[in-house]
Amino acid sequence: MKYHKPRHNNNRIIEAKKKTKQTSSVGGDFSDKLRAYRDLHAHALFSSLGRLVASRLNSLLTIIVLSISISLACSFYLLVVNAQQLTEDLEVSNQISLFLRDDVSLATANRLANGIKLDPSVQIVKVITKEQALKEFEAYSGFGEAVRALEKNPLPIVLQVIPKNSLEEGQNIETLVENFKQAAEVDFAQLDMQWVRRLQLIIEVARYGVILISVLLGLAVLFITGNTIRLELHSRCDEIVTAKLVGATNGFVQRPFLYSGFWIGFFSGIIAWFIVTVVMLVLKHPVEKLSSLYNSSFHLLFMSFFETIVLILVSSLLGIAGSWVVVRLQLQQLKVQ
Amino acid sequence: MLKFDNVSMRYPEVGDVLKSISFDLARGEMAFLTGHSGAGKSTLFKLIAIMERSHRGQITFSDYNLNRVNSRQVPFIRRKMGLIFQDYKLLNDRTVFDNVALPLVITGYGYNEIARRVRAALDKVGLLGKEKKYPLTLSGGEQQRVGIARAVVNKPLMILADEPTGNLDPELSAEIMYLFEQFQQVGVTVLIATHDISLISKMDHRVLKLDHGQLVAGG
Repeated sequence: MKYHKPRHNNNRIIEAKKKTKQTSSVGGDFSDKLRAYRDLHAHALFSSLGRLVASRLNSLLTIIVLSISISLACSFYLLVVNAQQLTEDLEVSNQISLFLRDDVSLATANRLANGIKLDPSVQIVKVITKEQALKEFEAYSGFGEAVRALEKNPLPIVLQVIPKNSLEEGQNIETLVENFKQAAEVDFAQLDMQWVRRLQLIIEVARYGVILISVLLGLAVLFITGNTIRLELHSRCDEIVTAKLVGATNGFVQRPFLYSGFWIGFFSGIIAWFIVTVVMLVLKHPVEKLSSLYNSSFHLLFMSFFETIVLILVSSLLGIAGSWVVVRLQLQQLKVQ
Repeated sequence: MLKFDNVSMRYPEVGDVLKSISFDLARGEMAFLTGHSGAGKSTLFKLIAIMERSHRGQITFSDYNLNRVNSRQVPFIRRKMGLIFQDYKLLNDRTVFDNVALPLVITGYGYNEIARRVRAALDKVGLLGKEKKYPLTLSGGEQQRVGIARAVVNKPLMILADEPTGNLDPELSAEIMYLFEQFQQVGVTVLIATHDISLISKMDHRVLKLDHGQLVAGG
């Protein structure tokens, strides 16, 4: 006896072989291949989503960590944007305030104001009497009661000088202030813009801070995604080896992981937006109450539509990039056994 | 089709595993590769599948010099080989259909073409109708048939089987071997690594025998 007789006969196999040879060109026609390519991507897109859902706890933890990192970066960003909005309001007040001596009478003040008006570099001079100043102070400072308790109005007469626009920048305005200081009636001259400029510089520094923090948190997102993908890669090692043994390119093996990275980044971006929005909603009421005390038209700025799109786009790209780096490195190390 | 010319292989930890192996396998030829365990069968197998590179000598497969191909070319050369393993290497979370379809999906065939070819391959190994089953619900012999269907679905030039019947009883082993003979008859080159001497002796094919890394017969 040679060996057990087979269930199927030779002819059938040979015929089947002939038949496939007749009907198939290499891989079908072009549109078929194109469709196959599209199907491959669609399959990778949704199967990676499916795996994400299947490993619920793992992916949820990653996404939460990522979305907190991203929302931190966004919060810093919004902080700066809102602070900037604050100084934008103030930018118009490039005025100089001249606080006159307490003993200067209103008539002298008016005379001085008329004199200053003659200066070619001055646009407007406005006299604020002691009474007006007191009224304003009562209305806006919140210390009205305290001031009323005083026997004598402690506020000086103030001349508000608005220089011509051409003086806005540079040394000229400083010399103007110095000139005003020379006047005997002037107790104290203050360039209002100076502190605005300081604030603007502080915000500028904060803006660089935001960029740096965003870069750091972005790197965190990159590495956290990478690590998650690495775990997924390890759990699917057999599958990768098998695919490579039957002729899969690195690109084919990589594709589903890139989509996994995309989904992780995408969902993290959306949740980060959600976190930031909730934080801002919580802050909205107290901030507006505070700003109303300053009689300011300050409104808390939220993420705009465009910024939200950029946020989700960037977090998705970071997810893809993190996964790309890890899969590349791991595939290089992976020796098909 | 496959040519070994003075091929040597050395692992730093183990030393020489293959010593000056030379043989030539013609198109449509079927041969067994045999020898005691540790004789170098698996290493030789790995060299052909480009899982390892030889230290000396030349390996030629089809028109490729396997020592010279770069890693970018490797997947495309592997698509011309049908690899079959002792442990089947099936994806147990995929259906039989998906397992067999894998090489075609990788190559980028459209669904209709894939479905047609997968059915043809499953028909050849006698598993038509089990497309929707999962590998673990099948017997060992059936799982190996799925492995064979996967190996031949892309119409390879050569079938390379590493101990394909290692986990099967003699009767099933004979059936598997008979299947390989059928592929040989339609022009596919077949190389089977096995230590099942009794099975080899019943079949009339060339036998390459390895002993301590040297080819002692059939070269």
